[in-house]
Amino acid sequence: MSPREIFALRDHLGAELKGRTLSDAHHVVSLTDILSHTVLGGCLRELSGRCVLLKLSDQLRSGLAMIELDGIARRMLLCPPDLKPAYLDTLIADAGIDAVVTDDDDGWTNTGVALIVTAQLPLEAAAPAKTERATEWLMLTSGTSGVPKIVGHTLEALTGAIVAEGPPRGPAPVWATFYDIRRYGGLQIFLRAILSGGSMVLSDPHEALADHVVRLNARGVSHISGTPSHWRKLLMSGSAAQFAPAYVRLSGEIADQAVLDGLKAAFPNASVGHAYASTEAGVGFAVNDGLEGFPANYLGNRNGVEMKVVDGSLRIRSTRTAHAYIGRDAAALTDADGFVDSGDIVELRGDRYYFIGRRGGIINIGGLKVHPEEIEAVINRHPDVRMSRAKSRRSPITGGIVVADVILADGCDPARTKEIRDQILDQCRAQLASHKVPAVIRFVEALDVTPAGKLARTDA
Amino acid sequence: MSVRSKVIEAIQQIAKEQHVTLPALSDDLSLHETGFDSLAFAILVARLEDETGVDPFTISEDASFPATVGDFVRAYENVPA
Repeated sequence: MSPREIFALRDHLGAELKGRTLSDAHHVVSLTDILSHTVLGGCLRELSGRCVLLKLSDQLRSGLAMIELDGIARRMLLCPPDLKPAYLDTLIADAGIDAVVTDDDDGWTNTGVALIVTAQLPLEAAAPAKTERATEWLMLTSGTSGVPKIVGHTLEALTGAIVAEGPPRGPAPVWATFYDIRRYGGLQIFLRAILSGGSMVLSDPHEALADHVVRLNARGVSHISGTPSHWRKLLMSGSAAQFAPAYVRLSGEIADQAVLDGLKAAFPNASVGHAYASTEAGVGFAVNDGLEGFPANYLGNRNGVEMKVVDGSLRIRSTRTAHAYIGRDAAALTDADGFVDSGDIVELRGDRYYFIGRRGGIINIGGLKVHPEEIEAVINRHPDVRMSRAKSRRSPITGGIVVADVILADGCDPARTKEIRDQILDQCRAQLASHKVPAVIRFVEALDVTPAGKLARTDA
Repeated sequence: MSVRSKVIEAIQQIAKEQHVTLPALSDDLSLHETGFDSLAFAILVARLEDETGVDPFTISEDASFPATVGDFVRAYENVPA
């Protein structure tokens, strides 16, 4: 019996497809002849079999380093840009890191890591390398306080959903995402771009949204993904009118009906779909019928993904989930039956499940549990509302009450705010239990979004 | 607008929202008789805090919650400016 064939990223890239590029706000790199170039200064051989920490200040070099290292390094730990330096020592120890790829040579002398490789542009010519092994991809969880957890994946698991969908019909897509590709949601798009034979346009945290949209248009972006918060920001910015993608994808947060309808109205010729995925559970499913939630018959075994609901929380078992948390004190990633508990709480209404919030995001209102997302979904249904955040506020009477911060749609007449407030409250009273109805509604100009593209809930 | 009229107006607004039929708001009406439940009072205190900048029931550690409408209004009137 021959050993199972191992595919690495380089095996999805070749010189046959012309005109493929990976670009950011400053550089355009050809993917067509990428295999005969190096971003690692020709140091790839030294990194063979090593556990490599990837800590770069930009996504472009990060992506190029991933292409080069996959199939060569034993492990590759992707550091997102907002990783606190104080966590590095723990991560280096837990992941057994013995090499670093960086663009900042300083500060590594005390870490005990022997090999420091500088990633640099422009690329240098190099002999193409051959895939040696299945590299373990290590990603960090977002949204938890304290040291992030290290989540172990294989390329096979990471690309399971992409391979299952089959090759794209029509011309090769040009992908973009508002995410950073060093997080699960963004990495999925980077991998889609590579496996589909297409190109990719990276985001830049320092770029104004209007300039970003100009760049997306200039590069002919056809497929684009982001969180509902990313998309609400785009819809609010007034820049959406200049952009006409063919496929719009949401993931990473609950896609409520208001944002789905808003995108459909802004991009009438696009397919709008929302996907369910997490760093641990992998890609669960995509919903393309334009409705929030997902059909109840997605539960059970569907396309190799098994899902069930236990105590209200969605559990997933498939070959696309991560295989383990990595580190000395790492907890078990799955239950005894191999299911990942997502912590995403769903509710069955009719023949559809709806996401109502995160188990860890519950706020306590007078002893009753409330999911802020459930309240926001009702507020967001008001046609003049673009985005909202519900949270708890201390109360000397009941211990806590719900308050909501609301962003109104562009061009909304300030004289109407009292009327809109009353309508929102009427809407909430009609659809929510009385303790979930906001006691106070405040109209605000902006709401914080985390580096991972999710509505900031520091006080939840 | 006087503190008293702010408080009374907020009570009436919340009563309307909560579909509570208020009796005449005299100073000696007990808060219990207003028909407000604890959630309605929590909303009232939060809104008045936003409007006046004070929450007299949290500021003072030994503040007991007032018994009548008059006590409630005075709690806001007596906050040092």
